[in-house]
Amino acid sequence: MKWITAIIKPFTLDDVRAALAEVGVDGMTVTEVKGFGRQHGHTELYRGAEYVVDFLPKLKIELAVGDDRLDHAIEAIGNGARTGKIGDGKIFVTALEQVIRIRTGEVDGDAL
Amino acid sequence: MRCEKPGFGVTRHSSVESRDWGFGRHSRRMIALCVAGLLSATPAFAQGAAQADSGDTAWMLTATMLVLLMTIPGLALFYGGMVRAKNLLSVLMQCFAITALISVLWMLYGYSLAFSTSGMHAGVTNLHSFIGGLDRAMFAGMTPASLVQRVPESVFAMFQLTFAIITPALIVGAVAERMKFSALLLFTAAWFTVVYLPMAHMVWGGPGSFLGDLGVLDFAGGTVVHINAGIAGLVACLVLGKRRGYPHTPMPPHNLGYTLIGASMLWLGWFGFNAGSAVAANGSAGMAMLVTQVATAAAALGWMAIEWLIHRRASVLGIASGAVAGLVAITPAAGTIGPGGALLLGVLVGVVCFFAATRLKHRFGYDDSLDVFGVHAIAGIVGALLTGPFAAPALGGFGTVTHLFRQLGIQAIGVGFTVLWSGALSLLILKLIDWTVGLRVDEEQEQVGLDLALHEERAYNLS
Repeated sequence: MKWITAIIKPFTLDDVRAALAEVGVDGMTVTEVKGFGRQHGHTELYRGAEYVVDFLPKLKIELAVGDDRLDHAIEAIGNGARTGKIGDGKIFVTALEQVIRIRTGEVDGDAL
Repeated sequence: MRCEKPGFGVTRHSSVESRDWGFGRHSRRMIALCVAGLLSATPAFAQGAAQADSGDTAWMLTATMLVLLMTIPGLALFYGGMVRAKNLLSVLMQCFAITALISVLWMLYGYSLAFSTSGMHAGVTNLHSFIGGLDRAMFAGMTPASLVQRVPESVFAMFQLTFAIITPALIVGAVAERMKFSALLLFTAAWFTVVYLPMAHMVWGGPGSFLGDLGVLDFAGGTVVHINAGIAGLVACLVLGKRRGYPHTPMPPHNLGYTLIGASMLWLGWFGFNAGSAVAANGSAGMAMLVTQVATAAAALGWMAIEWLIHRRASVLGIASGAVAGLVAITPAAGTIGPGGALLLGVLVGVVCFFAATRLKHRFGYDDSLDVFGVHAIAGIVGALLTGPFAAPALGGFGTVTHLFRQLGIQAIGVGFTVLWSGALSLLILKLIDWTVGLRVDEEQEQVGLDLALHEERAYNLS
């Protein structure tokens, strides 16, 4: 099992969710976050006072998948979130040790 | 026997064009009306002679509400949107509290000190050229039958009150995000008494008033309201000092939507301010409304154009600031300027105030948080000076000015006097408060934001 964390542009969320649903992933957690990578920020100007805004609004999506679906999930997120412009985001994959569904007590593959 | 003295109801001094009271044309009738209104011990006579004009009265009731709308919520939102989210309530609170405080002080003694005409004589400079007496304190002598021109005196007093409210409220923008609420209230009361009331009396007191007799043209309050508040704002932000972190820490406006709504309400309300200053529903009011619209639109476009040229973008804050600069500049001129003059004045002031707010301030490093000086004082000064020449029929104006430069000189005296009067007395008041109760919140309170630190409330509880 793997834990996927992806940082994406906020307006690509619907495409990412739809692409993931197509490959059978139907659960995720989404958080509004701020940060910067290569895109850096932008400047804002108010009555001649210029401010550099370093942290841009992004979305962080988190999901757990079985090893068999990992490649499909990564491909789906990539397809949904790619605009080709700087700032499209990143996908991080980490090993996942255990999953438990709280309601039933099912574990691992049954709980996904 | 008040009406036998110069003042309301008696022939106005020939050079006083600051407000067209219409006393000259109606002097005989006015004496009768005034006697009837103030000496209501003769009700039969009052009913026979004293009649308010229902059209004038209806318009002045409306104009009064429009000018009140300028402060709450117009100015409050205009300023509120420009501060950081943690200080929004403090600005709204300051504007609202000033509205209430000035209203009570106006009743207690404000109206009397500003508009009592006892002891005034046309062409004679004495104490009452500078400040009214206390004989009208608590609105003494005012009844439903009392008249000023052809409107009830109660309406006139209410209308003038709304001007007295917005003037100290304008200063809030210069001291935003760092002044103690208690100090602000003390300052407001003292400044209203010592600075505003004499200024209003000197310009609008009628025959025998200091600046009115000099021939200074100020239709709706360029000197009394805008230069007065703008200079006080500059002095206040200098005495108070910069906000912590200014100018290196970003302090962007938190909601420019509020600011644009506020600016729109100011624009709307200003028709009450300028067209209402005719104190009648007549052609003078109509023309004041027209030139106000022209100058405001021209200034909004002027600021937008110069910003587009220099910064390569047209901003919401820019166009809103330009509109307010245009409204300020046309204020003293609204009774005498023509539409062509209003267009030129608008464009000019939009460009000038752009440089004042974006360059002058950063060059000298003072922290006039929301540009009270850069917009109100600068636009007020440009408008007050150009009111002179643009009143001349030769330049499309509707005044009686024939010597353009002579009138420009008289206007300059009015401006210079206002700058010195407001600057010196504001400094004195601020220093006195600083030495006694203190002007500023402490560092931690400023960091937390005035909403939580002073009012124990938060504007946005988003969860």
